Amino acid sequence: MTEAYIYDAVRSPRGKGRPDGALHEITPIDLASQVLAAIRDRNGLSGAEIEDVAFGCVSPVGEQGAVITRTAILAAGYPHTTSGIQVNRFCGSGLEASNIAAAKVKSGECDLAVGGGIESMSRVPMGSDGGAWPIDPRSAIANYFIPQGISADLIATKYGYSRDDVDAYAVESQKRAGRAWAEKRFARSILPIKDVIGEVVLDHDELMRPQTDMQSLGALAPAFQMMGTMMPGFDDIAIMRYPDVEKINHVHHAGNSSGIVDGSAAVLIGTKQAGEKYGLKARARIVSMASIGSEPAIMLTGPEFAAQKALARAGMDKNDIDVWELNEAFASVVLRFMEAMQIDHSDINVNGGAIAMGHPLGATGAMILGTVLDELERSGKSTALTTLCIGAGMGTATIIERVN
Amino acid sequence: MTYKTFSVDIDADGIALLTIDLPDASMNVWNGALIEEFGKWVDDFTTNEAVKGAVITSGKKSGFLAGADLTMLGGAKASSTKEAFDQAFALNALLRKMEAGGQSAKDLSAGKVSAKPVACALNGLALGGGLELALACHYRVVADNPKIQLGMPEVMVGLLPGGGGTQRTPRLIGLQNAAMMIIQGKSLDPATAKAQGLVHEVVPAADLIANAKAWVKANPKVTAPWDKKDFKFPGGAGAMDPRAVQLFVGLNAMAHKESKGNFDAVKAILSCLYEGSILPFDTALRVESKYFTKLLSGSQAKNMIRTLFINKQAAEKGAGRPAGVPPVEIKKVGVLGGGLMGSGITHVTVKGGMDVVVLDRSLEDANKAVDYSRKIIDKAVSRGKMTKEAGDAFMARITPTDNYDDLKDVDMIIEAVFERPDVKADVIKKAEAVIGPDVVFASNTSTLPITGLAKNSSRPELFIGLHFFSPVEKMPLLEIIPGELTGDRALAAAFDYNAKIKKTPIVVKDVRGFFTNRVFPPYMGEAMKLVTEGVKPALIENAAKSLGMPIGPLALLDETTLQLGYDVMQSTKKELGDAYQPSGTEDFMELMVVKLGRKGRRFGSGFYDYDDKGERLGLWQGMAEHYPLAAEQPSVEEVKQRLLYIQLIATAQCFEEHVVADPQSADLGAIFGWGFAPYTGGPMSYIDTVGLENFVRTADNLAQRLGNRFAPPKSFREMADKGETLYKAAA
Repeated sequence: MTEAYIYDAVRSPRGKGRPDGALHEITPIDLASQVLAAIRDRNGLSGAEIEDVAFGCVSPVGEQGAVITRTAILAAGYPHTTSGIQVNRFCGSGLEASNIAAAKVKSGECDLAVGGGIESMSRVPMGSDGGAWPIDPRSAIANYFIPQGISADLIATKYGYSRDDVDAYAVESQKRAGRAWAEKRFARSILPIKDVIGEVVLDHDELMRPQTDMQSLGALAPAFQMMGTMMPGFDDIAIMRYPDVEKINHVHHAGNSSGIVDGSAAVLIGTKQAGEKYGLKARARIVSMASIGSEPAIMLTGPEFAAQKALARAGMDKNDIDVWELNEAFASVVLRFMEAMQIDHSDINVNGGAIAMGHPLGATGAMILGTVLDELERSGKSTALTTLCIGAGMGTATIIERVN
Repeated sequence: MTYKTFSVDIDADGIALLTIDLPDASMNVWNGALIEEFGKWVDDFTTNEAVKGAVITSGKKSGFLAGADLTMLGGAKASSTKEAFDQAFALNALLRKMEAGGQSAKDLSAGKVSAKPVACALNGLALGGGLELALACHYRVVADNPKIQLGMPEVMVGLLPGGGGTQRTPRLIGLQNAAMMIIQGKSLDPATAKAQGLVHEVVPAADLIANAKAWVKANPKVTAPWDKKDFKFPGGAGAMDPRAVQLFVGLNAMAHKESKGNFDAVKAILSCLYEGSILPFDTALRVESKYFTKLLSGSQAKNMIRTLFINKQAAEKGAGRPAGVPPVEIKKVGVLGGGLMGSGITHVTVKGGMDVVVLDRSLEDANKAVDYSRKIIDKAVSRGKMTKEAGDAFMARITPTDNYDDLKDVDMIIEAVFERPDVKADVIKKAEAVIGPDVVFASNTSTLPITGLAKNSSRPELFIGLHFFSPVEKMPLLEIIPGELTGDRALAAAFDYNAKIKKTPIVVKDVRGFFTNRVFPPYMGEAMKLVTEGVKPALIENAAKSLGMPIGPLALLDETTLQLGYDVMQSTKKELGDAYQPSGTEDFMELMVVKLGRKGRRFGSGFYDYDDKGERLGLWQGMAEHYPLAAEQPSVEEVKQRLLYIQLIATAQCFEEHVVADPQSADLGAIFGWGFAPYTGGPMSYIDTVGLENFVRTADNLAQRLGNRFAPPKSFREMADKGETLYKAAA
């Protein structure tokens, strides 16, 4: 099969996903199209070379609806010939979209494609697309539906992570993100976002609080206690599914969970020949990709299984991976992954993650794929595995290998 | 045209007054005859131009219409799913025809046509199909009696309101109110129903018909709200409205946690509400009938109707009462003992309309029963559930005393003194010395054999056992225990007394523990064994709850106290001597009660830790020091099976030994005595549902792995071999 190479990765800074966030005035189309224009322009392409674009988007309704990818391609001034598809695998969408682009390249459908994602959470709130999973009684009850926050607290309870454990993880994430920005480790990927008159509205991740310490986090009340213990009482459902648990320990709050932000990212993927033809320099090879389903109530333990599957497909084991990147949806998700995979904290999320910088749902997977590629180049290391936990119990993973 | 199940009188304005009055019945219900005739009337009504409108009411003083005839539903047979659906849809179809005036929804919503007005005059309770008939009328007026119940209790017997109830209710009062009403099966009073928008008017009973007719006259052309083009659900509906989305996320979770996912009917009702709120009305009705068909063909509805409705009602009507004994008139009862049981018995007896003389060694002790009722009554008065006058009248019926002479004119004695044979013997002799010669003496005991106690009586034929459960005013079961010499009059009196206090009675044999206390200890014992095997206590508790038990067995042991279990074990040991069969939990109880002093909630600690107020804090973490947690925990299914089968086996043994005479009594006793999962219809119904052969095989397997306590009784093996069922075998 044809090999797929990553030629470039671009991302917007992440703006606070609120009406006072810097990117709130930027339409999702505009945000996505600036990223798409950048990955074309900085590689000296006209756009016609890019045959297809897959973009993740988790709330594809309203102004993110109607296949936003295609609308963004047109807004970015690509020729009409470039097609677009919108992908939804919840929080894994951005990585899945990159995997789809890579799969198109590997299968011979495309020579050059773009994967990525867009989520303007300040403009199209999470959950805007509804869905049968929690509301259709037949689905909700059969699957023991509980919101992700309860699942995250269930993981903490089941595997014994205390409030201090998850808070300490969050403090470290902020510290690492702060250091990465101070040392300009994201410089190659970041695209400042401009308004309609061409002024930059955001050139850095807006949510970060590098000064966060245990004390400041300690003041925050658990976010999911109310819905867990009172109305409607999701804890009971978590316990029905995991009956060896007596009581859910509610440890997560806004400070140790991923932040709500706006953002977009794109990854340019193509064959070796396409790179040569267009004068592009390959940065990494896509080694393997995998997606899995796991138990939907605990929901967020999928990365372990996705990683194992991607490793097995590549004929590798975990010792063959130099740098790990797991989306910081909740602190307990990463703590569980490190424990299950026996990974040292110093080898994972080395430049912080979504707890510090935010998680623009549809875009995050592509963003952290770029982040880990930058890190391989910075540190001179070779291999990386990127993965995300995903709603309703799924996981997606991608292994890459630096090629120069 | 004349009808047998109702009369039709057409007045000068051309308004038909349809008065439902089922012949030879105390209450109107939807039975085959009414459905058939009502269908004919609807055909006539929608086509007969001389009739301008109609008012539907009831000729029964007992109420309007109490729902479907459950014996008819339980016996319904269909040769195919399609036929079953057609049967289920029949009532829906005819109500819809009446509502739409025989017109199509399309023409109605386009405003091209309309229906003739039908008003409903609710002179009394309207439950299930009765309320659904009212909801299919265009106007509802109800008498202003706050005792009138308007509700849909189908969920209680594993069904859903299948006459449009799951569709019209949310369209009238919103999904949230409808869900509360239908999923919980709770009734509304007329004022609440009006406030929510379920009925239009509440008027004095005498004005009902006039009010209804006036409305019909004033509204010659009508269209149901949901047949109008601009109709919207109050409060939102469907999968897109954020209000409805949020509602369903919450409803699903609450229903799931309350029902533990065990009740098919709860899930089906939720689906009817959810799916129906997305669909056009006629399609929604069909979907409702499909879910109804599914429930009716499943085992839960069949078992629940049989145990919780038919057999419960039969037991409460005195099915076990000896025939031919004239009613025993009980106006005044002497209760011996003002302790917890005596107080509870006093309370329910007064509540049942009788006077009580409550006697104890001192007036102070007797007054404890007065205080007990006072507390309950004061609460009811303060919450507006009872008037002050009624509360005072209630309390005036209780006479505390320490003087046996005050018992001389009572009609019945219920003894509830300390559970010691010598104490009991003493009060029996003293009371019999003053009471009338034919006054029945009932002894409330949970452990002491009645035949033994009766030896202290000078008239053992009038001596009987009544086993009340604590707290008496809340627990629904009454075990009636005739001793060897108990005569028919005593048994009849027990039933006649029960008819007044409205418990669910079962007659049980006079053996140690009677029925419920034969099954309960092995069940508790199994939970303790699991603890000693190192199974996580949380897993044990959650497995029992997931089975449908109202409370985990360890929490229950804390409530009834380990001390009590320990005492019973000690006294049984002493009494039986060498014949005592160890249960295997002796050492464990010794550790908890004697060595650790963790004797139960009342004592401050047990399996759980408690705060100063007795609030449960959490499972005691120190247990693992004495019984280390097993490295490999069993699956929840394994724990559930052990906790279930230990109850099934013990119940089966009681049945084999005729401790209970029939499967009906066993099922009622289990559900109302110790809270056995009601959706099963009881342990005997459960065994029939999985099949005797399957039951015996599973029990054998458990016995092989875990010990003889799981061995199925011989007679059950024989019945399994013959391919019999418990209920058919009993009938």
